[in-house]
Amino acid sequence: MAEPLLRVEDLVCRFGGVIATDHVSLDVNSGELHAIIGPNGAGKTTLISQLTGQLISHSGTISFAGQDITRLPAHRRSRLGLARSFQITSLLPDFTAADNVAMAAQAHDGHSFRFWGDARKEKGLRDAARSALSRVGLERRADTVVSELSHGEQRELELAVALATKPQLLLLDEPMAGLGATESAQMVKLLQELRREVTIVLVEHDMNAVFALADRITVLVYGRVIACDAPAAIRQHDEVKRAYLGDQHVVTRHD
Amino acid sequence: MKASLNARTIIVALVVAGLLLLPVYTTLSGNMFGLTLFTRIIIYALAAASLNLIMGYGGMMSFGHAAYLGIGGYAVGILAHEGIGSGFIQWPVALAASALFALVIGALSLRTRGVYFIMITLAFAQMAYYVASGLARYGGDDGLTIYKRSDFGGLIDLSNRVQFYYLCLFCLFGGIYLIWRIVNSRFGMVVQGLRSNERRMQAIGFPVNRYKLVCFVISGTICGLAGALLANNTDFVSPAAMYWTRSGDLMVMVILGGMGSLFGPVLGTIAFLLLEEALSQFTEYWALIMGPLLLLIVLFARGGIDGMLGRARRG
Repeated sequence: MAEPLLRVEDLVCRFGGVIATDHVSLDVNSGELHAIIGPNGAGKTTLISQLTGQLISHSGTISFAGQDITRLPAHRRSRLGLARSFQITSLLPDFTAADNVAMAAQAHDGHSFRFWGDARKEKGLRDAARSALSRVGLERRADTVVSELSHGEQRELELAVALATKPQLLLLDEPMAGLGATESAQMVKLLQELRREVTIVLVEHDMNAVFALADRITVLVYGRVIACDAPAAIRQHDEVKRAYLGDQHVVTRHD
Repeated sequence: MKASLNARTIIVALVVAGLLLLPVYTTLSGNMFGLTLFTRIIIYALAAASLNLIMGYGGMMSFGHAAYLGIGGYAVGILAHEGIGSGFIQWPVALAASALFALVIGALSLRTRGVYFIMITLAFAQMAYYVASGLARYGGDDGLTIYKRSDFGGLIDLSNRVQFYYLCLFCLFGGIYLIWRIVNSRFGMVVQGLRSNERRMQAIGFPVNRYKLVCFVISGTICGLAGALLANNTDFVSPAAMYWTRSGDLMVMVILGGMGSLFGPVLGTIAFLLLEEALSQFTEYWALIMGPLLLLIVLFARGGIDGMLGRARRG
């Protein structure tokens, strides 16, 4: 197989005495949908934040498309084609849906030290916004202010914003968080389509979704990778069952 | 922008018309006090509008904005004192000095957020205040009298009150037009995006600090222009122009008028200075009435005067 799109080697992140990411190594191949699962507090979001540059790694390396990006700031990584969605919806709440997506398109269309023309009237940006919105089925809500969108719509908008940056690699942090059954099914369908266009790293608690979508699954427990394999093999993996699926099933049954 | 005939549009149109026609009234009635008062109001409105650019649109709560009033003023005063009377030199120097000051303190203070940012901008402005107080050659604490207003050749005579009034008004409208273009441009979208969610802006690929700093410098430069106007208006510049209470006044004008609304700072400044003027006629303890009044506005009318006139809208 060719060089992986994303290669993580021996990555470490500490919060005081706690090791949130404990020497994680991980390869994501071009074109695959790679899921990362693990119980709460396993360090999944921390890992995503390290990959996108919101958190600085204490040691280890991250290379993306053959380039070492370990020390690059977040905005430079985004320029290279690394996009993320946030577990807790993080949009521009007082802008419209279209503005949110247009902003992402603008970020990848040269510098923004342009002080005169009306950005909302730029056809290129508006078109990019419309196409990303229709990609996730939000075109009718283009002119709605984000704070007036439903939670499910905001999750979809998160995805549209990430798509508008024309990513090579999409890091999705629990895109189904807080979605109802119908909305979740919709999101799975959407991801089924997107995976054909872009490499995806998916962090998700919804096991049905993960096993339906993933080519490979990495299991993270207490910041360490305990397994990385195809879904069928992960299902049979003893340590995974013990550390994660077993416990977690008990927990998820509560809802 | 939809141009609907709502209360806000009407009020703004009336205010603009009133400001344009004021000299006609004062000349006919011979009541020049109104002209003096409104010249001052217009200059402060320009300063408030510049503060609104970073505070209302950019979400940067600068508590040191009066520093630029002083720097612009001292640039004019010091050059005049040294025998350089030409406005073509004085004013560019005033703008450049303000821009430079904004660049330096912006580069340092924009590393911080929230309360720390407020405190550090305040500290820098106070430093400017004490530096000005220490300028023995230029009057120190007592300030510096400007014996001759900026000379623009035959172009315009700043000693003529009506001409000076219209120059100030031109600067105000020009400044607001500039800010309007900026906030709706690509640059302005980024700045407003940063107010809304900085982390998100970074994640989609914006190097956020650069945009903030440039916005900070633009704002400071516009305020420096207000400083140059103010010095010419009072024929005097003193450290008091930079004192932190003056920065507070500017913030109040912006909040009173409505943060992040284009014309709000003008309405806020008119309301603030007229109120101050009126209340001080009754009692020297006018601040005792002004304070609670502001408190009520902040508590019950979040969008300020502009918000009361119509749905609060940004951009």
